[in-house]
Amino acid sequence: MQPKSRSRASARSGRQTSLSGERGFPWENIFLPAIAFLAIIVLWWVIATFFTTLMPTPWDAFQANIDYILNPFFRRGPGNLGIGWLLLASLRRVMLGFLLGSLVAIPIGFWIGLSPRAMKAINPIVQLFRPVSPVAWLPIALAIFNLANPSAIFVIFITSLWPTVINTALGVSSVPKDYLDVARVLEMPRWRQMTKIIWPASLPYIFTGLRLSLGIAWLVIVAVEMLTGGIGIGFFIWDEWNRLSLSSVFLAVIVIGLTGLVLDYIISLIQQWVTHRPARQTS
Amino acid sequence: MVKPSSYFESSDRRQAEFDTDFLVIQDLVKAYPNNEGGQTVILDGINLTVGPNEFIAIIGHSGCGKSTLLKIVGGLERATSGQVFLESQPIRKPGADRMMVFQQYSLLPWLTVRDNVRLAVDEVCHRLSLAQKKTLVEEHLAMVNLTAAATKYPDELSGGMKQRVGIARALAIRPKMLLMDEPFGALDALTRGRLQRQVLDIWERNPQAVMMITHDVDEAIYMADRIVMMTNGPNAQIGEILTVPFEHPRDRTALRESKDYYDLRNHALDFLDRYFEQAS
Repeated sequence: MQPKSRSRASARSGRQTSLSGERGFPWENIFLPAIAFLAIIVLWWVIATFFTTLMPTPWDAFQANIDYILNPFFRRGPGNLGIGWLLLASLRRVMLGFLLGSLVAIPIGFWIGLSPRAMKAINPIVQLFRPVSPVAWLPIALAIFNLANPSAIFVIFITSLWPTVINTALGVSSVPKDYLDVARVLEMPRWRQMTKIIWPASLPYIFTGLRLSLGIAWLVIVAVEMLTGGIGIGFFIWDEWNRLSLSSVFLAVIVIGLTGLVLDYIISLIQQWVTHRPARQTS
Repeated sequence: MVKPSSYFESSDRRQAEFDTDFLVIQDLVKAYPNNEGGQTVILDGINLTVGPNEFIAIIGHSGCGKSTLLKIVGGLERATSGQVFLESQPIRKPGADRMMVFQQYSLLPWLTVRDNVRLAVDEVCHRLSLAQKKTLVEEHLAMVNLTAAATKYPDELSGGMKQRVGIARALAIRPKMLLMDEPFGALDALTRGRLQRQVLDIWERNPQAVMMITHDVDEAIYMADRIVMMTNGPNAQIGEILTVPFEHPRDRTALRESKDYYDLRNHALDFLDRYFEQAS
């Protein structure tokens, strides 16, 4: 009963399975997700067959995209780049914004986690801005920078702040009292308590924040690029839609999804490496 | 086989002048403000003296404030009034000279077994060289039979192994006094018995002042020189102090064959039963 229900749960989110290396029947972990994917494709095919004006069939879409798939890194003119270049341009924006955001968010989170007063001061700001769609910051960013690219990076920066601030603060303020008692008995100075106890104890929380931040940043960049234009996977989608080339949009959706998975996986690898904890405890 | 003797005879291995006043607890009171605006007194006037090589067990029903007492001696909590002296110096804050062994082990999960011990050594033994620190860690890992598990993380260990790390960590920094808060409380009966034996072995080789909280009468008699029995809280006091008249090294089987053991055990259980009935 147990292994069955476990692999059923993991079939729902195949990502979890591959990351945590959960044991179970391997055929269930491969075949059940495969069946679900197949069902989606069949559904798509049926709809596309009966409503030919609505969308291309999977096979038509695949054929239309074969050039993009086989040559992801072509350069055929200033605005005519392979999808690999577009992806890299988007990734670069996300990475810059995310790194800058994390550099600001982790210290702030650490600070308000340590000091209840700082928490009282900063928390209302976080609560006010957190529900705001990051795209709403775009006009403000454009007004400041006057350029599309820095504005997009700024929006990603804002996006990356909130989950990391909140989770870092949560991690720091919920370090088990037992660990702090050990530090006190060993007469650790306050500074060393922070670096040797509080920092490593809150790392799993910080990584939760980082993973959430990066995930949302990857969602937001598509919307931002649709608005700012230029080179990027988001603008590619909008551009292809304007050219009535829905096949390319389907391709972009799949590429964005896969990239998101890979980003999340990379950060979980970094987490395992940084927290020095056996793999099974992360994720 | 087991000869009764007073604990003074067995504990004159260090300087005799400290025998009576190594750790002195004087008129200790701990009270918390309660909801009605008054005070709930947890510990009400505790007086106790512990010798330099003495193994003291503190026993009482849960909620009698025995953990609070240990925490005050450890410096993790402050007394409302009264004082605690270690070698005539008043205790005001936590310190590595009174190292704790925690009931829930309190190992740092991101460090290996070896690094957990090493962290304590690094913090406390500043004067040692790198090589000396290393030896100290390895010695104490070997002492609790954990050399083979040195590179494992706490989550990969059983409860008994975790507590052995806790004990190695505590002993490695050579505290003047060892404070143990129900160190075997979270372990299964078999592991508990084995670990009691191990700790007692270590203590018998290198006697030092130990204060151990327990709720297990057999454990107290087997390990301690004196058993401090506390009355129920609130307003808990020391009800009675039993001197355990068995010489170290102790043998559990031999103890169980002696009549003194059962007299002592019955006496302690009677005491606890009396207060249990009062409580309920």
